[in-house]
Amino acid sequence: MAGRQLLLENVHIPGIETFDVYRKNGGYASVEKALKKMTPDEVVEEVKKSGLRGRGGAGFPTGMKWSFLAKPDGVPRHLVCNADESEPGTFKDRYLMEKIPHLLIEGMITSSYALGANLSFIYIRGEFMYILHILEKAIAEAYANGMLGKNIMGSGFDLDLVVAPGGGAYICGEETALLESLEGKRGNPRMKPPFPAVKGLWGCPTVVNNVESIAAVVPIVNDGGEEYAKIGIERSTGTKLISASGNLVRPGVYEIEMGVSVEEFIYGDDYCRGIANGKRMKACIPGGSSVPILPAHLVTKTAAGENRLMTYESLADGGFASGSMLGSGGFIVFDEDQCIVRNTYTFARFYAHESCGQCSPCREGTGWMEKVLHRLEYGHGTMEDISLLEEINKKIEGNTICPLGDAAAWPVAAAIRHFREEFEWHVTHPAEAQTRNYGLIQPRVEEIKAL
Amino acid sequence: MHNMKATSPSQQDLTPVEFNAEMMAEINRVIAMFPEGKQKSALIRILHIVQTNFGWTSVPAMNKVAEILNIQPIEVYEVATFYTMFHLNPVGNYVFEVCRTGPCMLVGSDDIIAYIENKLNIKVGETTTDGMFTLKTAECLGACGYGPVLQCQYKFHEHLTKEKVDEIIEAYRQASLLN
Repeated sequence: MAGRQLLLENVHIPGIETFDVYRKNGGYASVEKALKKMTPDEVVEEVKKSGLRGRGGAGFPTGMKWSFLAKPDGVPRHLVCNADESEPGTFKDRYLMEKIPHLLIEGMITSSYALGANLSFIYIRGEFMYILHILEKAIAEAYANGMLGKNIMGSGFDLDLVVAPGGGAYICGEETALLESLEGKRGNPRMKPPFPAVKGLWGCPTVVNNVESIAAVVPIVNDGGEEYAKIGIERSTGTKLISASGNLVRPGVYEIEMGVSVEEFIYGDDYCRGIANGKRMKACIPGGSSVPILPAHLVTKTAAGENRLMTYESLADGGFASGSMLGSGGFIVFDEDQCIVRNTYTFARFYAHESCGQCSPCREGTGWMEKVLHRLEYGHGTMEDISLLEEINKKIEGNTICPLGDAAAWPVAAAIRHFREEFEWHVTHPAEAQTRNYGLIQPRVEEIKAL
Repeated sequence: MHNMKATSPSQQDLTPVEFNAEMMAEINRVIAMFPEGKQKSALIRILHIVQTNFGWTSVPAMNKVAEILNIQPIEVYEVATFYTMFHLNPVGNYVFEVCRTGPCMLVGSDDIIAYIENKLNIKVGETTTDGMFTLKTAECLGACGYGPVLQCQYKFHEHLTKEKVDEIIEAYRQASLLN
C-alpha cells in the first residue's frame, strides 16, 4: 500500500490483537509518554497542532472540541467513543476495532488523560456484538497489564473503560442521541445548546469522538502534532481511513494520506484497482450516504477541471452544485449499469426507517420521500413527483433538531440535480422502469483509466 | 418509528418469567459496569442478553428486566420498541437479517433476498413452517465493502452468493440437529 500508515501499519502482524504482541510492536507508547512526561494540556495542545479533524463525518477540529470541555470542580468528566458506525458506505471503524483493538484502547487512555476523564465509554452498534467481545477481551488484558484501573503506570491517573452496545439505530451515531442511548433510553437527539462538552452523559461534561479520531491521537502523541500535520494538504492533515464499496475491483478499508488523487484511489494498483467487471464508472458518493452523489465527470475532476483530491476541501470544491464532501470516508462507486433512482430510493427508505420521529419535518418528510421515490422507481411516478421531492427537501433541511433530516434530504436533492433525466425516464417509460431497473445508460460515464 | 407491529400485551402470554442463574450472573456483571444510580445504562445490553436466551423480547421478560433495574416497565418497552434489533414477536430459531441499503443493493442484495425467499418458501417478515428460519431485511449493517451481507445471531455472513446462501442454510439446519 502506498503512503504512510499511521493506524493500520501493524494490522497484519500475527497476534496483534493481543496485548503482548501489540506492546512488543510499540503499543501503549503514547500512554507512557503522555502519563509520564506530559501534562493533560500538553496532550490537548499536540492534538490541536496536528490539525486532526473529527473522522466521524463532521470534520470538526478534534483539539478545538476538546478545549471546549467544561471543567467545573468536583464534577466527573467523560470521554465517549462513538463506535456506532452506521452511515451506509462506512465500515472502517469495524475493521480497526476488529484487527487492532488495542489501538483504540490506547487512544482512549491517552485521550481520557488529556481530558481528565476517569470513566470512559465505547458505545458500539449492537450489530457489532462480536467486536464488543473482542474489545472486552482486550480491555481485560489492559487491566491485567496495568494500563487500565488505578494508578496507571504509577502516574496517579485512574481510568475505567466500559463498552456498551446499541440496539440497531442509525440515529445513535448522532452524539446527543448516543448519550441518550448510553443512559438506557430511546435515541432521541437532544436540543443543543447545552452541548455535550457542558452537559453530556448524565449531565456531566462529555467529549464524544469517533473511533478513528481517538486512534489517531496515538501517532499524534508519539510523533508530535507537527509531524502529523506534515502529511496532507491544507486543513486536511494526516491519514484517513476510507471505506470503499460498490462496484470496485477491490473494495475494502484503505488508509490513505490525505491528498491522494481520487483517480489514483479508484484506479490505482495500491487501492481499489478500478471498476469491477471491466465496466465504466457512472457515479460516486465519496463520503457516506448522506453526502451528495457526483456523476463520473465530476468525480476525478472538479468543475474547473482540476484534479479532485481526497481531502475535505477538494471533495467539497464546487459546493453542492458540483462538489460533495469527504464526510466519514464512505466511498461508494457505481458502475454504468446502476440505477440512480433505485439507489436514491434505498437511501430514502433507510432514512425513513431510521428517523427517530421526534421532529415532524423529518418524521413525515422522510416517509413521504420514500413513498414518492417508490412510485418513481416502480413506474407510477409523475413529473410533478420530481418537483415534489425538491419541495419536501426544502421543508426538511435545517428544520430539525439533529442533522438526520439534512442527511436524508441532501442525497435526494443531489441525485435529482445530476441525474434528472434518469428520474424523468422512469416517468416516461413506466413499463421499462419495472423491468429494466437501471434506467438510462448514462452518456457521461467515465472511460476506463489505465494507470 | 420502528417495530410498530409489536404484539400487544393482551395477545401475549403474560405469565411472569424467571431468568436462570447464568443469565442473572451476566446481567449483574453488566449492571456493575456503571456507577451507582446509573444502572439504567445497562438496559440495552440486558435486552440483548434476554433475546439471546429466549430468542425474542417478550413483555414478561421486559417486566422482569424492569424489576431487576428497579425502573418502570414502560421505560423498558419504550427502549425495546425503538431499537430494531429487538424482536417483539416470536421468531424462528435463526433470524436472517439481510442488508438491502445502497451499497449492498449495488452488489446484488435484491437477488439474494429473492433467492432466500424462494429457497425457504417464505416472504420477508415470515417464518418457515418448521419454525427454523425467519427472514427479515435490515438497513445498513456496516459491512458495505463485503456485500451482499446477512446477519444471523450476531454473526456476519459476507460476500453472499446463491451457493453460499445454500451452504449457510444447510449449516444452520445441521447445527439445529445437534442442539
